[in-house]
Amino acid sequence: MTTTELTKKPARKSSRGKKSKRFRLPDQSEWTFELIEQIHEEIRRVAGDFGLDTYPNQLEIITAEQMMDAYASVGMPVSYAHWSFGKQFLATEKSYKRGHMGLAYEIVINSNPCIAYLMEENSLAMQALVIAHASYGHNSFFKGNYLFRTWTDADAIIDYMLFAKNYIADCEQRYGIGEVELLLDSCHALQNYGVDRYKRPAKLSLAEERERQEERERYLQSQVNDLWRTLPKKHVAVHEDGPKRFPEEPQENLLYFIEKFAPLMEPWQREIVRIVRKISQYFYPQRQTQVMNEGWATFWHYTILNQLYDEGVVGDGFMMEFLQSHTNVVYQPSIHSKYFNGINPYALGFAMMRDIRRICENPTEEDCHWFPDIAGSDWKKTLDFAMRNFKDESFIAQFLSPKLIRDFHFFSVLDDDKKDKLAISAIHNEAGYRYIREQLAGQYNLGNREPNIQVWSVDTHGDRALTLRHNQYMRRPLNDQAEEVLKHVARLWGFDVLLETVDPDGKVLDTIEVKCEKRHRI
Amino acid sequence: MAHLIDRRLQGKNKSAGNRERFLRRYKGQIKDAVTRAIKGRSIKDVEKGEKVSIPVKDIGEPTFGHAHGGVWEVVRPGNKEYQKGDQIQRPKGGQGSGKGKAGNSEEITEDDFVFELTREEFMNYFFEDLELPNLIKTQLTSITEFKHQRAGYTISGTPTNIHVLRSMRSAIGRRIAVGAKSRKRLRAAEAELEELLKNAFEDDHRVLTLRKEIQHLRAKLNGIPFLDPIDLRYSNRVKVPKPTSQAVMFCVMDVSGSMDQAKKDAAKRFFILLYLFLERAYEKIQVVFIRHHTQATEVDEDEFFNSRESGGTVVSSALHLLHKIIAERYSSSDWNVYVAQASDGDNWDNDSITCRELLINKIMPMVQYYAYVEITDGEPQNLWHEYTQIPDHHPHFAMQKIESPSDIYPVFRELFKKQPK
Repeated sequence: MTTTELTKKPARKSSRGKKSKRFRLPDQSEWTFELIEQIHEEIRRVAGDFGLDTYPNQLEIITAEQMMDAYASVGMPVSYAHWSFGKQFLATEKSYKRGHMGLAYEIVINSNPCIAYLMEENSLAMQALVIAHASYGHNSFFKGNYLFRTWTDADAIIDYMLFAKNYIADCEQRYGIGEVELLLDSCHALQNYGVDRYKRPAKLSLAEERERQEERERYLQSQVNDLWRTLPKKHVAVHEDGPKRFPEEPQENLLYFIEKFAPLMEPWQREIVRIVRKISQYFYPQRQTQVMNEGWATFWHYTILNQLYDEGVVGDGFMMEFLQSHTNVVYQPSIHSKYFNGINPYALGFAMMRDIRRICENPTEEDCHWFPDIAGSDWKKTLDFAMRNFKDESFIAQFLSPKLIRDFHFFSVLDDDKKDKLAISAIHNEAGYRYIREQLAGQYNLGNREPNIQVWSVDTHGDRALTLRHNQYMRRPLNDQAEEVLKHVARLWGFDVLLETVDPDGKVLDTIEVKCEKRHRI
Repeated sequence: MAHLIDRRLQGKNKSAGNRERFLRRYKGQIKDAVTRAIKGRSIKDVEKGEKVSIPVKDIGEPTFGHAHGGVWEVVRPGNKEYQKGDQIQRPKGGQGSGKGKAGNSEEITEDDFVFELTREEFMNYFFEDLELPNLIKTQLTSITEFKHQRAGYTISGTPTNIHVLRSMRSAIGRRIAVGAKSRKRLRAAEAELEELLKNAFEDDHRVLTLRKEIQHLRAKLNGIPFLDPIDLRYSNRVKVPKPTSQAVMFCVMDVSGSMDQAKKDAAKRFFILLYLFLERAYEKIQVVFIRHHTQATEVDEDEFFNSRESGGTVVSSALHLLHKIIAERYSSSDWNVYVAQASDGDNWDNDSITCRELLINKIMPMVQYYAYVEITDGEPQNLWHEYTQIPDHHPHFAMQKIESPSDIYPVFRELFKKQPK
């Protein structure tokens, strides 16, 4: 899902250009179905010439209200019902009505076929921009990038969302809306900790999902029962080699652990935990490739539409409108500006993609020194390689050039709470390039951005308390929501939960303990 | 080839379920907000949507995250004057270099989550749990109301009501039945022909006859119409009388000289609330407006709320009129009669006793519920004292006092809250 401000232009009178052999888009701002189909055909042709490999496209015309609907349900065409989506919808609606923000002018879904929404309010030029950006830019990224290839399953996601929606609606019927809501709240609190970072998940398949569901329920229950079979059988020396640690290794996927091992959960509850986990896993690559994904899509809408302009398919008016939106999208306010709100992923991504092309086509001496492998190579191949094999962190570490660091005037600030003042640790000069590149790459490492919290142990022979461990990174403390989240963990686990914060040496610095309030059943 | 799909006409309110769940979850807070909102409203715009705000801390979705502290090293764009090794003062609050997530996080910026309730939702919250007491339902009214109901299928009707499935079903049946004989003969003839052709020539006369017959049968079978007028079936709907309850509400307002502008305003606001509530909650209800000073008149809605006529006070004039109207127009047992009276209680002295007797003996037996509000910020007036004796005789009499405009809403709710059954 991508968002950008939408700027509207007053309708202009149409004045048809001269008839030429090639299709030429009329200079009008109103779109029609024929025109969208024609411009799409042109974009498809150009994208094909550039070698973009995509899933088949499906374009859907929707209203602003439907856009807000889609927006609220994390951009998916179907989703289960939850109050937080309603909250999101109300918030979106409010700012849209007040005019605080333009709606995202496009939402694109990583599915096969790839669904892109076109909002009916958009002008013809904007529709063309969205088609190039979403249906060819994002689409090819979804299909090509290794993270998406490994972690998501474009063929099955819509079916799976449908399954999730129906399953949860069914649970609401059976166990009550309130009960399901509590469970979903708790799962959502741990959403970001419901992903496998290193293991590839099994492919989703609706049919198998259904088939296996029952079997899984039974199996899980039996596993859990087995785990808790703690009745002392005889007075044999149980403590021979001390109680076995459980889990043997710390677990990073909290939701997975809960789904498999929470002692008191009903099968349907485990299934819902699993659903939230699967959806979270599906969005995991998106969170890791924001700069690349947006940069890639922006680069391609820019390149494709410019090519169409060069061929005379679109006219000056179209280009002016397009460029205005485009420049808004890739604007990077500096830190001194009041609009500054971090680094704009569109700006950085687009600049890097363009820069790679420049290095390939017109390398300077500096580029030859920094990028001996790609300087002067075929830009299409190089870009394609970059798109396929990197995520934000590694992409920046690999491809951020000194020229861009200078263009952006990047500098690095060190804020150590043990010192009185902030220190400038590097700026955009010869001595700082590598340092800044490393730092910036690290900034996009999800592992650094989110607290590293793992399942540490379960007191299997005692009160069944679950201990989580927060391995502190750069002495950064947890935010004050941690206790609230722990309450959710306790609700899922069904017994007391502890969160220990440990420093890199393994010394426990701080402990938060949450008692489980109520047992669901005995 | 790509598909271009027009989805504009379908699925408009996909998020309605989510919205409803959100409202459900924060019902308590929303109700409080609605109550706060209604207090500040003037008469005219009671019935509007409303912006409702809920403290953000109540609706947050907690997640693990980093707080500020420890070591943060961040790359920022737009360096102008810094050199490596420069030391800068830590910026205070808000966003700034080194503030980590502060700039990007959503939750920090707003104190309240504000959103709009639609007019409908607003009024629902506003009038929730209110009802007219003692309403007797399920009588067939004289003004009979009908509802349409399905009633199987008929063989005649308008084309819009054609039931395709049923029509096609009977068409299939007819085609099978009508063609059965010919089809049977056709099969026999074909078998015969096959048998014959094993040892006869093409121009054998038996072959020729059979061929002719087969051709004839085929034509006959083809001639059976696919759909015939007698196949058509129509969905049938019938009107059934719908039981409803009949109710009438009398709004009796004192507009005498002693009612100053503020009191009149409060009375009007009370009646507007009542009127809106009745309009929303009860489909069929009649409202009769009575204004009085020394004389009482029945007026229409517009005049009731807007006229400026004034004078002395004789409350019994209104009660006499009230009794007369009930006796003339709403006497039958089919009617549920309600009265709401608003006054400052400042009545001509002897008249209050008349009022009490009139109520106890004549009016109360005829009505389902009588609500009296006294609008005064001082001591209760003589009418109040007289009225306090009524509940002993008739428990369906209720009285409340409005001292300031902010009492209107609670008093209204008190008078019309749902009674435990």
